[in-house]
Amino acid sequence: MSETILDIKNLKIFRNQSLVLTIDELGIKKGELLAVIGPNGAGKSSMIMALSGLLPFDQGEIFFEGQLVHPKDFFEYRRKIGMVLQNPLLLDDSVEDNIAVGLRFRGESKKESNQKAKLWMERLGISHLTKRKARQLSGGEAQRVSLARALVLKPKLLFLDEPFGALDAPTRARLIEDFIELQKQEAITTIFVTHDQNEALWMGDRVAVIMEGKLRQIGHPDEVFNSPIDADVASFVGTETIIPGKVVAVQDGLASVQVDGYSLEVVGDVHPGQKVFICLRPEHLTLWLDSSLGQSSARNFLRGTIKQITPQGVLDRVTLDCGFYLVGLITRSSTRDMGLEVGMNVTASFKSSSAHLVVRGGE
Amino acid sequence: MQWIWEGIQQAFQLLFKDAEVLQITLLSLRISGSATLLSLFIGMPLGTFLALKKFPTREFWISLINTGMALPPVVVGLVVSLLLWRSGPLGNLQLMYTTGAIVIAQIVIAAPVVTGLTVSALQQLDPKLQYQLLGLGASKLQMVWILWKEARLPLLAALMAGFGSVISEVGASMMVGGNLRYETRVLTTAIVLETNKGQFGKAIALSIILLVLAFLVNMVLTSVQQRNLPSK
Repeated sequence: MSETILDIKNLKIFRNQSLVLTIDELGIKKGELLAVIGPNGAGKSSMIMALSGLLPFDQGEIFFEGQLVHPKDFFEYRRKIGMVLQNPLLLDDSVEDNIAVGLRFRGESKKESNQKAKLWMERLGISHLTKRKARQLSGGEAQRVSLARALVLKPKLLFLDEPFGALDAPTRARLIEDFIELQKQEAITTIFVTHDQNEALWMGDRVAVIMEGKLRQIGHPDEVFNSPIDADVASFVGTETIIPGKVVAVQDGLASVQVDGYSLEVVGDVHPGQKVFICLRPEHLTLWLDSSLGQSSARNFLRGTIKQITPQGVLDRVTLDCGFYLVGLITRSSTRDMGLEVGMNVTASFKSSSAHLVVRGGE
Repeated sequence: MQWIWEGIQQAFQLLFKDAEVLQITLLSLRISGSATLLSLFIGMPLGTFLALKKFPTREFWISLINTGMALPPVVVGLVVSLLLWRSGPLGNLQLMYTTGAIVIAQIVIAAPVVTGLTVSALQQLDPKLQYQLLGLGASKLQMVWILWKEARLPLLAALMAGFGSVISEVGASMMVGGNLRYETRVLTTAIVLETNKGQFGKAIALSIILLVLAFLVNMVLTSVQQRNLPSK
């Protein structure tokens, strides 16, 4: 197991006497990029504030490089970290002076700090902005300055609070690519908060899901997105179809689940008699016209009526009524080619390994 | 109308010829300048504390300061008189009818103005800026310094408002200073006296000086303020 740089134990934060965040145990590995996702108000920002020593916590302990961080040591601790927020919050100064400000807080001379700032401006592709007033920059440029301002400090731990959230898609994509490259080159341990699941999937070495002030799941992005730990997490990470059912048999890891008259087969570590949810991501559902049914290798077929077709970017989101609702995503051209429309009867299929079983609470 | 015109003519003669007018002007500047400066030393840290620190009775104190911004100078004069009166709690300092007493009264008038405007200047900044600065390794003092720099425009306005409130007040200066010739007579108290005496020329001269003085000080501060306009 990799060495951890930050360990959190029994952390509790209250606000106005109500608990806003609980983390029983969490270790941040050296050099990793941990993406923290969760809905608005879940406690993600409180977590970043607490872990960066900016928000006093009511209970618990934080260990940095194995040493307990006391609240009285927060100032020293903060000098080892870096922070980038959604709003770049640049000072009314030149780009160069903005990037150097953290070094100057540490007593470095103007000459020395400007030299270091110059290096990071080059690495982030903003050298041409050196003398420009920071308030005259575009959103993407400003966020690059904000990143350079944090990275020039050579932080042992970098906190990012939705830094790409306000940028347009192409600017965001370029900045994320550049950041990932720098993060890997420098092996900067990073805790990155976002509400954008795509960003988490793209950037995270691990993904942590925070919901209702609790750390609900942490793991490799594939694990979190394809095997959510419960129905809430499943729903949050985009599993739109969550069907309650009961395991009637299990053979070689393949469970037969009884659902509203259907018997569906899903891979999972469950026992006969257990009540479960079948979680199915929309991209794993395939729709068939009756004439082409023979070509599928899927184990599960359900017949239903199309209730709704909603455009979603370049895809269409199709809701199917099979006695329960199934949601699938298909390309617009497929909708057109298949002549799909509301009220039409079609067959949906999914592979037994595409769905994920979650044991229902208390079972 | 003739007497007004004569008054203005007399005023210009007095401006350049009457040594007493010059003495009154310099004394006014010294007293109101010191009071403003001391109010700044009190008001900026206090305003910063109230703007940044969250504690249960904070709103009450901010309301109190805001009320203090509109303190009637005569009430301040009365309270300071009661304190500095020979038999009052601070009577042994023997400050009554001295320039020191006027400075104290003017601080009581200007400090709430500076404090209140400092609170609002800092609260106009993005509240997350504090976290960002601390997250970049700033000490609390470094953070406050940067916040002041970022809010320099409204803080200069606070300075101007503080000076404006004391250079123009008359009630408190009259009550605690006593309007003693060559000792505690300032522009505003002198204007009252000369008007009462029917010496309109001298009163107009002093009024012009007061206006020009207020204008010059504010012009200097405004030019500093406008030169420091945040870039757009």
